[in-house]
Amino acid sequence: MTSNKLKWACMCCLLILAAVSHAPASKPAGQDGKSQTPPQAADALEPAYGDMIIRGSIGDASVLLPVLASDSASFEITGLIYNGLVKYDKDILLVGDLATRWEISDDNLRIRFFLRPGVRWHDGAPLTTKDVEYTYKVYVDPTTPTAYATDFLRVKEFRVLDPLTCEAIYEKPYAPALASWSQGILPSHLLENQEITKSPLQREPIGTGPYKFKEWKTGEKIVLDSYHEYFEGRPYIDRVMTRIIPDLATMFLELKAGRLDEMGLTPLQFSRQTDTPWFKQNFKKYRYLSFSYTYLGYNLKDWKFQSKKVRQALTTAIDREGIVKGVLLGLGAVAHTPFKPDTFWYNPNVKKFPYDPKKARQMLEEEGWKDTDGDGILDKDGKPFEFTIITNQGNDIRKNTAIIIQKNLKAVGVKVNIRVIEWAAFLKNFINKRNFEACLLGWGIGIDPSQIDIWDSRKTSEKELNFISYQNPEVDKLLELGASTYDREERKKYYDKFQEIIAEDQPYTFLFVQDSLPIISSRFHGIVPAPIGISYDFIKWYVPKSLQKYSVEP
Amino acid sequence: MILYIAKRLVLMIPVLLGITVISFTVMKMAPGDPTSLLTDLNPNMNEEAINRIRAHYGLDQPIYVQYAKWLRNMLMLDFGRSFAPDNRLVIDKIAERIPITLLINILSLAVILTIAIPIGVLSAVKKDSFFDRATTVFVFLGFAVPSFWLALLLMILFGVQLEWLPISGFRSLDYAQLTTAEKILDIARHLVLPVFISAFGGLAGLSRYMRSNMLEVIRQDYITTARAKGLDERTVIFKHAMRNALLPVITILGLSVPGLIGGSVIFETVFAIPGMGQLFYQSVMMRDYPTIMGVLVIGAVLTLFGNLLADVMYSLADPRIRVSD
Repeated sequence: MTSNKLKWACMCCLLILAAVSHAPASKPAGQDGKSQTPPQAADALEPAYGDMIIRGSIGDASVLLPVLASDSASFEITGLIYNGLVKYDKDILLVGDLATRWEISDDNLRIRFFLRPGVRWHDGAPLTTKDVEYTYKVYVDPTTPTAYATDFLRVKEFRVLDPLTCEAIYEKPYAPALASWSQGILPSHLLENQEITKSPLQREPIGTGPYKFKEWKTGEKIVLDSYHEYFEGRPYIDRVMTRIIPDLATMFLELKAGRLDEMGLTPLQFSRQTDTPWFKQNFKKYRYLSFSYTYLGYNLKDWKFQSKKVRQALTTAIDREGIVKGVLLGLGAVAHTPFKPDTFWYNPNVKKFPYDPKKARQMLEEEGWKDTDGDGILDKDGKPFEFTIITNQGNDIRKNTAIIIQKNLKAVGVKVNIRVIEWAAFLKNFINKRNFEACLLGWGIGIDPSQIDIWDSRKTSEKELNFISYQNPEVDKLLELGASTYDREERKKYYDKFQEIIAEDQPYTFLFVQDSLPIISSRFHGIVPAPIGISYDFIKWYVPKSLQKYSVEP
Repeated sequence: MILYIAKRLVLMIPVLLGITVISFTVMKMAPGDPTSLLTDLNPNMNEEAINRIRAHYGLDQPIYVQYAKWLRNMLMLDFGRSFAPDNRLVIDKIAERIPITLLINILSLAVILTIAIPIGVLSAVKKDSFFDRATTVFVFLGFAVPSFWLALLLMILFGVQLEWLPISGFRSLDYAQLTTAEKILDIARHLVLPVFISAFGGLAGLSRYMRSNMLEVIRQDYITTARAKGLDERTVIFKHAMRNALLPVITILGLSVPGLIGGSVIFETVFAIPGMGQLFYQSVMMRDYPTIMGVLVIGAVLTLFGNLLADVMYSLADPRIRVSD
């Protein structure tokens, strides 16, 4: 039984060791044989082909056909394999991808695309407008289980004019139409006359993009190799491996052990755990606003929230700067409208409600909320101002935000309860049934500014997205105008006005926009952050010859 | 005996049917359905599109029709296609995950048996000694320590600080280029921590069980007789007492058969091992009904067989219990 005693002893040592190991700089630079020596001369940093990047992902991809996928893990992969007709460039402007150019008719009803000649699929077959036609057809096919049919269902007619020219004709002018053609174009010669949900391409995709599929081990890794004949030129990095590591703490350890080159950090990891000299030498951190925001939505059918002034008062009572500092450790920005603050569509001149508990209290009193019975909680018509915030399980940032809001509102005499509910039950029994007072949730911010589904007065029936029942005919009109106007400057005017009204009405208290916090091994060069993020020119990332770590054999 | 086994096998059919009916109903009672992932809170989805997708999966039909369809396919051993976006055959999804889960569970069961049985026997023989108390603390520590926490500590020590063992996964990134011997070594290195963690948590049950059985047996008259005959203590304990004390372990082994294909989500998540636990958890979260049912049916069949196996083994091993035909 000595082995047991030994284990005992090991265990004790271990606990002590582990307790110390979280101290900063636990791993001095240079101790690790894998760490890179800094390059000597500038010419050693020239772009070179080769090496592999290993990225960490908490979830496995589900399916590698963009028409069927709905999870970000799948899109991370398909984004490198397929191209759309158009794409967003680094400044979030639409530019040609598989299409070199396009023409929009004067009545804004017809878009004609001119494909790039000479593009070949990874299997060697040429790309033609037949592929575009097939892609359109598969999206609108009622038997295709896709989440992205709506935009394509607006196409009245799709015509192939010649192998490199095709056009889509719309019933009504629809501004987001052009952007909808950024969906990945699928190879018709491999998919035509097949049930797409049974196609082998779901797991072994063939596209036109900079990387071609090599290997997928479920739950383990997905490997892509560079496509040397890519129409924008051969990507520098020869191989992209995505490792699936569902636990962020484990992923971070793999990063520390040098077996990962890129991952997304949590605010805590970003500000407290990667600030060591070793990390600074071996990794580079990036920080930019993500395309999503978090909000507190009020059920406007509830009598307490029907007054605009009450909602403004609640926003005034919530310390949003404090939430960004406390919950996000400063890695984010306060939101004031449903648009991303650093983009073209954002209107910085809307009415804002800075944190001011005294003023909030006063505003509530003006609306008839007074603490008549002296219990510290405001009341009106004999009813206390008390409500429940619901949010979904598994998101600590939202949970902590709710706790701060609870404390903030208590200070002005509003009692808040918090209820955290499992996602499916949360949606089905509470959000869809409008069975809530206030909800803490987030929206992704689409690159296109159209937000009809969230704010339109008519989108309030069960399962529709205006679940707070916001109704404002002026907003309806502005959103409609915005969606049918192609001219960017003119379109922006409508959305500017829309944001002013939303900010005034405060149907949501817009809380914050979180930062994306990627960390990437410092051997990768050529990464240029831009408004859209960092991965828009992934094919230009490179590792100088002297720093290359892996040799990749095809 | 054969008649007995045949009878038991026939009786399994209604039990199995009952299990599937209950599982199917309970599963359907949970809010949400497989289309949620695609459709919920998605601005691109309208009522019509949602209904289209529901019809694609046959979710627009009444529950008994859905069950009947599932059962009909099941009778032909067709597990169907997953409702997850990957649309894969359920049998493929299960088949690719079973080997690693089985390997870890068998290894950890072996480790548990080789450690827990001696611990149990010795602590019974030396009841209330220091060894008895120390091992009691040790096995309950294993039982009580959260596995994900211990796993992370061990990863920091052996993976990051000492660099002796890999941190996660069950094979290296360059696995395909290794020779067979290197492959075995590679997997073995990856499995040290997971197997240790999973065995550590399971020591308590079996060793305590073994200890109390042993205490029971040692008090029996035939042990006194054996000692009175002048047999040395080693023979008494290991030949006469332990063999009898081991009998109930057969039952435990029988019951652990279904456990062999069940994985632990937490543990697989921390070690990034794509096993059955993750598959089942994700299927439940996605309301991927065919996969959930597939895993449940396999589990149910194994449980029933495990029980039968335990009963048969028991009667073979213990002459006092003979099945009367």
